[in-house]
Amino acid sequence: MTRARRKVQEWIGFASLYFAVLIVVSILGFILYDIIARGYKVISWEFLTQAPRRGMTEGGIWPAIVGTFWVSVVTVFFSVPIGMFSAIYLVEYAEQGRLVRFIRLAIRNLSGVPSIVYGLFGFALFTLTLNLGLSVLSSGLTLALLTLPCTITASEEALKTVPMSYREGALALGATKWQAIRTNVLPYALPGMLTGTILSLARAAGETAPLLFTGVAFFLPSIPKFPHLLFEQYMALPYHLFIMSTQHHEIVKVRPLAYGTAFVLILLVVLMNGTAIWIRYRFRRKYKRG
Amino acid sequence: MGLKSRVRWRQVKEKCIAQFFQWNGILAIVVLFGIFSLLLLEGIPAVKALGLKEFLFSDHWDPTSPERESYGILALLVSTFMVSFGALVITIPIGIATAAYLAEVAPPRIRELVKPMIEILAGIPSVVVGFLGILVVGPVITRLFHVSHGLTALNGAVLLAVMALPTIISISEDAIVSVPHEFKQASLALGATRWQTLTQVTLPAAASGIFASVMLGMGRAIGETMTVLMACGNAPSMPRGYLDSIQTMTATIAIELGETVQGDIHYRSLFVIGFLLFVMTFVVNLISDLVLEKYRRMWQR
Repeated sequence: MTRARRKVQEWIGFASLYFAVLIVVSILGFILYDIIARGYKVISWEFLTQAPRRGMTEGGIWPAIVGTFWVSVVTVFFSVPIGMFSAIYLVEYAEQGRLVRFIRLAIRNLSGVPSIVYGLFGFALFTLTLNLGLSVLSSGLTLALLTLPCTITASEEALKTVPMSYREGALALGATKWQAIRTNVLPYALPGMLTGTILSLARAAGETAPLLFTGVAFFLPSIPKFPHLLFEQYMALPYHLFIMSTQHHEIVKVRPLAYGTAFVLILLVVLMNGTAIWIRYRFRRKYKRG
Repeated sequence: MGLKSRVRWRQVKEKCIAQFFQWNGILAIVVLFGIFSLLLLEGIPAVKALGLKEFLFSDHWDPTSPERESYGILALLVSTFMVSFGALVITIPIGIATAAYLAEVAPPRIRELVKPMIEILAGIPSVVVGFLGILVVGPVITRLFHVSHGLTALNGAVLLAVMALPTIISISEDAIVSVPHEFKQASLALGATRWQTLTQVTLPAAASGIFASVMLGMGRAIGETMTVLMACGNAPSMPRGYLDSIQTMTATIAIELGETVQGDIHYRSLFVIGFLLFVMTFVVNLISDLVLEKYRRMWQR
């Protein structure tokens, strides 16, 4: 091949790579643009703070916001401590061996289990066997299992960024292993672990399939008081969007409301993910320097 | 308390704490095994009653038929593979090209801009993607192919391609980055262009890692529920092409579990579908896991 032809070939090759990146970026751009441009018009104080009215053709999405909030809280309440504890085991205590290999294998495979399968499992275990019924609690627990691999991985990464010398310093002064972890590792890993919390919150807020059989409801305008609502059915943002875009009898009429719901959902999820990414970025840089 | 007993107490406490963390670690294995066995236990009676042959090789799925209920999942299985395959065909070239760009070509500033964008894309809820599938991709398909409606396998494939993209990009990029610098330098020193180095040295060296990323992307596509539920039209018969409406395994569970009576054959047959989904994604993940493990060790020497 002559030099000129090789140059042309290289140029075309790299141009096609740019093109691929352009496609990926514009997919994201299009999704965000379409939802935001059509959704923001619907957003009003009334839309955010009132229950749906007239067969969900008017009114707002307040019960769905509350439902999603509580499901996410339950999810994080269970998923984050367990995820943190397993990460502490894997990073601080475990010695390389068969058990750790199996645990890691299990974690990676759990993250690949389809969300609908988690839904089946949660339905059979929490709703039926443990008799939690169709409730915020059943859904939250199901989502806690679903987000567990994500919180473990994020916490592990946070623990690994704390330099070895921090632990060694404490141990050299006569601290026990747990004392060293508690005083010299966890405080520094905590901001990184926060990313795991936010990521699993975002996951919990956006997942739909695991909610289908564990307690989400079509239309429930009144919201029970705090401890009771955990044991009751609820409305959720992603499910509300699903209903408004596929199941509603006046599908065209409610389209703006569906866009409004999608807007709120996207805003929540993107803000949370963005914050997590930002915290992790800052956290990594801090330890790279020091 | 004497010094000796205090030391002893501290040792016991340390042991308990270590045990506690270990139990939490083991929980992941317990959950995975729990999902496996629960799906199996709930599903077995259905397979016993219907026979495995009827289940796997009959393409007629009609559990609520008034005359004769039938539980053949072949059409659902084919539908699932069809959308996943279609998604991979679309997503592989774009995903690998993007990964190659980010790993080898992009200046650091662009990389730091694009990588978070891909993470954001990974976080877009599937129900939003499905929503746009109905409102945007569907009408485009209707216009391009002159079909009556756009809720088809093709729509699902396009959406799943978007959903699988972040996985393929990030894992492939890791694989390409970890190819040793010496390889590239040797190739450039021999007078190859950067393009020749990328396509004939770096990418082949990263091939098994890229393969693993494709497997993971396929796992995601097989297991996706909401997008295919919303955008594929939900017609549980054998698909004839990408412009047919289809119903995947995941969508079948999502639609029908609510209508079943707990413990009857229909209910249990949905657990069998769940079990098959679990096994399929497990195998896909395991393969990619083993390949990645081997890949990492390959460059460690």
